[in-house]
Amino acid sequence: MHFKHEEVETVVEKAPENPNYNMAIVKAFAVCAVVYLVVGALVGDLIAWQLSFPSLNFNEYLSFGRLRPLHTNAVIFAFGGCTLMATAFYIVQRTCAVPLWSNKMAWFTFWGWNLVIVAAVISFPMGWTQGKEYAELEWPVDILIAVVWVSYMFNFIMTIVNRKVSHIYVANWFFLGMMIMITYLHVVNSLAIPVTLTHSYSIYSGVHDAMIQWWWGHNAVGFFLTAGFLGIMYYFIPKQADLPIYSYRLSVLHFWALMFGYVWLGAHHLQYTALPDWAGSLGAAVSIAMIIPSWGGAINGLMTLSGAWDKLRDDYVLRFMVVSLAFYAMSTFEGPVMSLKTVNALSHYTDWTIGHVHSGALGWVAMVSVGAIYHLVPRLWKTDIHSVSMVNTHFWIHTIGTVIYICAMWVSGIMQGLMWRATDDYGNLVYSFAETVVAMHPYYVLRSVGGLLVLLGALIMLYNVVLTIKKAGSQSATAAARA
Amino acid sequence: MEVKKKKSFQEKMEQNILGLIIMVAIVVSIGGIVEIVPLYYLDNTIEKLSKEEDSIRPYTALEQEGRDVYIREGCYLCHSQMIRPFRDEKERYGHYSLAAESKYDHPFQWGSKRTGPDLARVGGKYSNAWQRQHMRAPRSLVPESVMPNYAFFEDHIIDDSLTEKKLRALAMVGVPYSEADFAGAAAAVHGKTEMDAIIAYLQVLGTMVNFEKGKDYRE
Repeated sequence: MHFKHEEVETVVEKAPENPNYNMAIVKAFAVCAVVYLVVGALVGDLIAWQLSFPSLNFNEYLSFGRLRPLHTNAVIFAFGGCTLMATAFYIVQRTCAVPLWSNKMAWFTFWGWNLVIVAAVISFPMGWTQGKEYAELEWPVDILIAVVWVSYMFNFIMTIVNRKVSHIYVANWFFLGMMIMITYLHVVNSLAIPVTLTHSYSIYSGVHDAMIQWWWGHNAVGFFLTAGFLGIMYYFIPKQADLPIYSYRLSVLHFWALMFGYVWLGAHHLQYTALPDWAGSLGAAVSIAMIIPSWGGAINGLMTLSGAWDKLRDDYVLRFMVVSLAFYAMSTFEGPVMSLKTVNALSHYTDWTIGHVHSGALGWVAMVSVGAIYHLVPRLWKTDIHSVSMVNTHFWIHTIGTVIYICAMWVSGIMQGLMWRATDDYGNLVYSFAETVVAMHPYYVLRSVGGLLVLLGALIMLYNVVLTIKKAGSQSATAAARA
Repeated sequence: MEVKKKKSFQEKMEQNILGLIIMVAIVVSIGGIVEIVPLYYLDNTIEKLSKEEDSIRPYTALEQEGRDVYIREGCYLCHSQMIRPFRDEKERYGHYSLAAESKYDHPFQWGSKRTGPDLARVGGKYSNAWQRQHMRAPRSLVPESVMPNYAFFEDHIIDDSLTEKKLRALAMVGVPYSEADFAGAAAAVHGKTEMDAIIAYLQVLGTMVNFEKGKDYRE
């Protein structure tokens, strides 16, 4: 079957760059994404050091328990969200060959989303939280999120409605899936009865709340952090390699299997808990099956480069993307393994989970985003990147930092799990809990160092992007002067 | 002569945004419905306990204020409240947790990480004085601990004007508080510190079921 990608690209490439495309909104979101990557990594590394040296919990506003939600929300929703909004608005215009449906609404999305982020930065140190992981923001901010999110989705859909090509390109399917599912999840999981503006109680309790929370929690991963970023993969990899996607059939399978399957996985976070066994087992069974679409997608991305692997030698953007897919394949294998009951019995509650999340977050999501942003910046500002060697430094420092982080968490997680369950010949526990905490210390320090490398990489990226934009500004000034 | 090829379903979806939206909206909702809805209808989701076993009650006003402090500080990010049915967890923490024990918990606080130990049955394990000192300066009692100091709990007096509102909000979502509970809420927490409240909360955790030895609570 002939792949629609070529058709879309022909339309896009042959049409002269449409001056009505809204690239200002893409620029704004892209710059925000880079800034929030720095912020998210900074807070993340601070709390990593706090676990290594507890005296770094300076006061009540900057203690681990209040800053940890700030870290997760900053990287997922501020960095990840801005990346998704920049790329979705860029891709949908170019693959539909029409400008955004509404520029005003796009700017509403931009300012609204940033307002949410400012609210988060104030809320968490103040301790205003709903107490549900990755859904901590209180009800007034939840309402704002819902409104802004729907504006993003509506503008995206209406732009597709206006399209000048017959087929909707595959990247847009993934973005659309993410937008619809996140709307469901956010609204259902956040339902609460308010007490004050900064305090409320979830309408769900106990076991029901647990299932709904992890239905949200795992799909924040599956849709926000996977489906959306697969949209990025399906546009930017073929674009950067200048080759069509390897297999159209595989992308169809990848899409529908992911949409159907991911939704079931939340229950595997609750193995051996008071959640009825059938639900956890169902979650684990589908988790195993998810290896197939996940690897199908990773193979689809990687095979797109078959015959063009030499490009990796000097294409710094492709290098980020290829490594991101390797991490995607690795963590989508690790995830199903960890959902198996016997493995989960050991891994649950330990740092192994934290390591797994970060192989996805730092290895897959951050790498593919950073690659996409390095692809976008020179094109948006119509100039060369300020320094290619800085990009290469970023690549290596980020990769090494991520590997250090993940390995430290594997070792500490597995060790912790084994120490907890160790019994002597008489059936007594060998280790007290405090002894396991001591054993974690060197790995917590190592993890903090890995995080520091990632933070340094993000700072280099920010510096490089700012100088590129400055250069573009002075170039256009010179051009204007010449004219 | 060219044969007209029938368009596949996928191809139709790719050219019809409304169709694609509807299909996606249906496909992504199946898993959640299958896993969540039955939990509300199946009788054995929450264990049935006998009168002798069951003394599960809503939190008192002071305990609930303590629970709010627990949530505000993000304690759940390092402490679970869910003991699994393993031998080592029984030795370390006590009887495995039941769904019934958190039926009044809005939101649930089972947690996902044990940087510190599980707290599901910490109630009565240490004295109030120990808890107070541990909260003030954890490393004065457990030198290996990485927990932040929470000495400021002693400086914060609980705002008793909100307590009744909190209980009423919880009653709206199904926690069986009585009119007497509402009426006495402010007085019950008046002048108490956040330290008093969180200790009251910790001391009740996991103490509301009298387990029958050897009984299998999860069939």
